[in-house]
Amino acid sequence: MSTLAEVSVGQRGQVTGILGTDEISLRLLEMGLTPGAEFSLLGVAPLGDPIEIEIRGYRLSLRKSEAARVSVATQE
Amino acid sequence: MSALQDASRITVALIGNPNTGKSTLFSALCGVRQRIGNFPGVTVEKKVGQTSFHGQSFSIVDLPGSYSLAPRSPDEMVAVDVLLGRQGDVDTPDVILCIVDASNLERNLYLVSQVLELGRPTVLALNMVDVADEKGVSVDAVALAERLGIAVVRVQANKRLGLNELKQALGAAVDAQPPRHPSPFPAAFQQEVELLLRTDTLPHYLAERLLLDTSGYLASTKIPGVGEDTHAAVNEARQRLNKADIPIPAIEAMCRYRWVGNVTKGICERTQTRKRGLTDRIDQVLTHRWLGTLLFALVMVLMFQSVFYVADPASALIDRINGFASDLVVRTMAPGAWRSLLISGVIEGVGGVLVFLPQIFVLFLFIAILEDCGYMARAAYLMDRLMSRVGLSGKSFIPLLSSFACAIPGIMAARVIENPKDRLVTILIAPLMSCSARLPVYTLLISAFIPDQRYLGNVIGLKGVTMFCMYAIGIVAAMLVALVLRRTLVKGAAPPFVMELPSYKLPGLDIVLYRMLDRGWSFVRRAGTLIFAITIVVWAAGYYPHNPANIDAELFETQAQLQTSLGLLDGEMSIEAAPRRERLQVELAEVEGRIAGQYLRYSVLGRLGQFVEPVVKPLGWDWRIGCAAIASLPAREVVIATLGVIYNLGEEESESSETLAQTLRKAKWEESGRLVFNTPVALSIMVFFALCAQCAPTLVVIRRETNSWRWPTFTFVYMTVLAYLGALTMYQIGMLFVAA
Repeated sequence: MSTLAEVSVGQRGQVTGILGTDEISLRLLEMGLTPGAEFSLLGVAPLGDPIEIEIRGYRLSLRKSEAARVSVATQE
Repeated sequence: MSALQDASRITVALIGNPNTGKSTLFSALCGVRQRIGNFPGVTVEKKVGQTSFHGQSFSIVDLPGSYSLAPRSPDEMVAVDVLLGRQGDVDTPDVILCIVDASNLERNLYLVSQVLELGRPTVLALNMVDVADEKGVSVDAVALAERLGIAVVRVQANKRLGLNELKQALGAAVDAQPPRHPSPFPAAFQQEVELLLRTDTLPHYLAERLLLDTSGYLASTKIPGVGEDTHAAVNEARQRLNKADIPIPAIEAMCRYRWVGNVTKGICERTQTRKRGLTDRIDQVLTHRWLGTLLFALVMVLMFQSVFYVADPASALIDRINGFASDLVVRTMAPGAWRSLLISGVIEGVGGVLVFLPQIFVLFLFIAILEDCGYMARAAYLMDRLMSRVGLSGKSFIPLLSSFACAIPGIMAARVIENPKDRLVTILIAPLMSCSARLPVYTLLISAFIPDQRYLGNVIGLKGVTMFCMYAIGIVAAMLVALVLRRTLVKGAAPPFVMELPSYKLPGLDIVLYRMLDRGWSFVRRAGTLIFAITIVVWAAGYYPHNPANIDAELFETQAQLQTSLGLLDGEMSIEAAPRRERLQVELAEVEGRIAGQYLRYSVLGRLGQFVEPVVKPLGWDWRIGCAAIASLPAREVVIATLGVIYNLGEEESESSETLAQTLRKAKWEESGRLVFNTPVALSIMVFFALCAQCAPTLVVIRRETNSWRWPTFTFVYMTVLAYLGALTMYQIGMLFVAA
């Protein structure tokens, strides 16, 4: 099982879970990163952080430290 | 207002996700018929607008944009309180108007699912249908209305389309049965909520939230009927649910998004092979590793320069109008307290407020454009890594950059930061950025006291380096203060940077202009009177007691003699008269300057300056510099005019004035006759003004934005201490070099 922070640009996958129950985890869930949601990694900011993903038909940016809480299963 | 009218008015609460065009819809519905204030005790702006349709009047309460009705702070609680009719200063809404972005329906419906659970009459405004079309998303509004059990109205807020249909639906919804929204939660969860309700008299939605809120915020607020036993019951319920494989709090998002999936199935089609929209193509350039950074730098330079230079002529114009008004007063009024009040109090005070307006307008024009077209979020995305080093997020970058032009629009721009702690730290460090009002102080002192040495084949000059250092001192201090604040007063885990990157669109001209004027006007209205009052107080301190007995009698005699001689020349038209008149006028101005200086010395302000001399002496300052520093409380640049008066030069001094620089070089300590100014003293003053909070409008705006006097007081104290220590260090170290 890998996390969203390890996904490379252009890869697609599915969210399998969110670690933790604090505010950050709640925000991630509210923004649609629920188990089963499909995403694709669109890019990384020029300074290496944060990352940009597409999920539920919109674009979301989050820091790698936050992405590390999202466990994912990637395709291919 | 009569009770009858009150009863017929429909109160509407407007809620929606950020980036859905909510404020666009609000201003499209209400135009200028709105009142802006603050909800008590929080930093949330309260906007209430009026509109009408076929004789029916509506009062619309604009709630802050939010992704979820799950309050974890007092600011977020406001929306829930308003919707539940628990907010005392707002009528209980008759209808909830929920706006959603049709191109992003899935995530938007999350909030709708929460709103529907309140069981209040609700209308859905389906906005941005055109953007959805472009993205290849089509929404069947009729089917959506059927599934949700509420009216769904297609609108295009930016083109003012669908507004009448919307108002009609709002009017109709009041009388209709509130929707019966089937709970998205599993039966076991619903049973637990019912159990909580049995023990207490609290709204269903709050009972549910108590169960779900693991942040502990709701438990800490006072909800009538909720006591220790409730919290114990909540804990037991959570344990039972977790055992039953219903994870708290994750269950909420899982259930609501499952509900959203069911609602949108078959009626919200996203073309499977995603169309490469305009946003994709633009984004490829704008967030590109090199190109994106370069373009970002270009946009920032353009914005910064515009604020600096476009605002300049406008400020000069205000100065000229002020000068004209002062001249008029001088010509029509006899000298005395009233004339002085009008010139140095009223006209200066009004000017002190107006002079910021051009900068606020220009900056907010840019920010409104960047916000409306969707670039603002990209800017935060690009700069986040850098800002996170000092415990802030990318969203702080533009407010802080703007503060180099002027801290006031910078602090107001911090509204784009949703996280209250991030926003507070940004507001508190923004005044440390060297604003344009510090420039005159730097320019004067550098030109007078920094030797014109050049290095590296004339490329780098000492004067330029000094100027650069002043800016650098502010930046370094700001970073350190941010780090310290993040670990002490504004403690807390780094806020999440989970931010939506909205689709690009062409900014709407009227929206952009409206926001610009709205913010400029709100500055004048909300801060203007206070700034004005402070200017008057400082004027009075510098004017009174104004006792002629304190002034050397011979000065008055000379003044009278010169005036008589000038009067005799009045009728003379001969060639010799002109240069004589000129010479007499110069002499008269000098004498009057000395009189003004003596008046100031014996004024409250002057005495205050002498009183604080022991405190400022370690900085290398005499009482006159201390006095000028106190007088510049309303605005830093006032220090120059005050130095002019106090070193007996008269009031018309500007930073380019050669005479002021010369006079300062010649000024002597009163007791020892030693020169007051040398390079360390000049540097000490510059460092002081780089770090101090001598700007009443900034403090007033901080008070307005944080809704309490606590933070402006804190800002003033910490910046003054910092400025004092900085100036002290600068002078003491400087003197070591001078001695060597």
